[in-house]
Amino acid sequence: MSIQNVGQHILHQFDDDLESTRNKVLTMGGLVEKQVENSLLALVNSDSSLAEQVATSDYHVNSMEVAIDEGCNHIIALRQPAAGDLRLVVAIIKTITDLERIGDEAEKIGRYAVDLATEERNEMYFSELKLLGDQVKTILRESLDAFARMDVASAFQTAATDKAINKEYDVITRKLVKSMSEDRASVERGLKVMWCARALERIGDHAKNICEYVIFTVEGKDVRHTSFQQALAEFQEKSD
Amino acid sequence: MAINTPVSDQVFRGNESKKIEDEEVCMQCNDFSLFYGEKQALFYINMNIPSERVTAFIGPSGCGKSTLLRCMNRMNDLVDSVTLRGELLLRGEDVYDRSVNVTDLRRRVGMVFQKPNPFPKSIFENVAYGLRLQGVSNKREIEDRVEWSLKRAALWDEVGNRLQENAFALSGGQQQRLVIARAIAIQPEVLLLDEPASALDPISTLKIEELIFELKSRYTVVIVTHNMQQAARVSDYTAFLYLGELIEFDATDRLFTNPTEKKTEDYITGRYG
Repeated sequence: MSIQNVGQHILHQFDDDLESTRNKVLTMGGLVEKQVENSLLALVNSDSSLAEQVATSDYHVNSMEVAIDEGCNHIIALRQPAAGDLRLVVAIIKTITDLERIGDEAEKIGRYAVDLATEERNEMYFSELKLLGDQVKTILRESLDAFARMDVASAFQTAATDKAINKEYDVITRKLVKSMSEDRASVERGLKVMWCARALERIGDHAKNICEYVIFTVEGKDVRHTSFQQALAEFQEKSD
Repeated sequence: MAINTPVSDQVFRGNESKKIEDEEVCMQCNDFSLFYGEKQALFYINMNIPSERVTAFIGPSGCGKSTLLRCMNRMNDLVDSVTLRGELLLRGEDVYDRSVNVTDLRRRVGMVFQKPNPFPKSIFENVAYGLRLQGVSNKREIEDRVEWSLKRAALWDEVGNRLQENAFALSGGQQQRLVIARAIAIQPEVLLLDEPASALDPISTLKIEELIFELKSRYTVVIVTHNMQQAARVSDYTAFLYLGELIEFDATDRLFTNPTEKKTEDYITGRYG
């Protein structure tokens, strides 16, 4: 199952259905990426109007999820996809669920950003969040890229970077716990920062899931909940 | 499938594909080739048909799937130009060995064709015919066997009270089930089905498919079908043939979700035919 292979059905309508659904996923991915980016911008710049805008425009993402789901139902009912086609449709259904949740996380960040914008800024928190946010933006962009090109090698590579994000999240958590225990007045604000960090960490997890769906679509292997190292080793052995 | 499956996962993966190597072998092709005159129609087929399972042959027209099926009970003996190479074994014995009695072989390996072909007799006589040929003469025994066969073919409820009517009075779907009842009345080991549902409406088709599922508890079933969804629904194992060659033979759920060969993938996803 490669991306060049999506076409070439005897029934051209089937090609069109698959291609248009896949394109919609990419559009939805772009939208979600924008939401995440704006929520981060709003957060680190204390821009409450942008934050508000992010928080209130999540419905675009939700309605795209519904539309793509419908498209997938249509394909399953009318075209009875098999093998690679079936895996692609299943992967799309799962991918859009993760994208929708990323959208929700961005919305959450937007809401916290609105609150945080009114409070006193603590630059230390913001630089930490920016660092984490940059990593999260990268993993999201690369996972969508891997999906667009159905590129297994880059999916493996991208999924592996989730570890660094989790580590960064741990660092932030520890710092926050420390500062909150030292200064009780900062607890309320500290918690909001913590929730933002948590949302970013979750986005990383969702992006990793998308990479796993790419591997599933192309290789027919379900690498969820398995030893990632082993899966990677098998893949590399195969491609050598 | 999972690369590193922990114990808890194994519980949830109860439907893990069966392995052909673990199955008892019923029929076996070893480098089996067939020629129509000069033209080779089957190329070195090697496969084990597992016992008491449903095996489906799929492939585009002219790929040799019906030819291979017909070899299994020597239906092509009547075609003069046919020559064979290699072996085709039933329970370890060569089907084409000189010592084999063809009538006896066809009793062990029954066949049902695309179009229902009942005899121009009553429903009862259609099923009883093979039994009489076999030398069963006890009236009671024949009646019991007819009832048993019609029940197994899921037809008894519809015809039990009109057994003396002419078989042609039945619908196409009923006729096909009658023919299957006739085939199983003599209790064959293997049942060959050549497109058994292609001339039937969707409901009759589902009834036949349900019947095939029932039959596999007792018989080895080999089915040729153009309908891939049907193969996917009814069979345990599927063989994909193309231009006389066996391209891939694997557990059905694996073949339809993650085939190994690109040709198989292209065929089952409708990319050429």
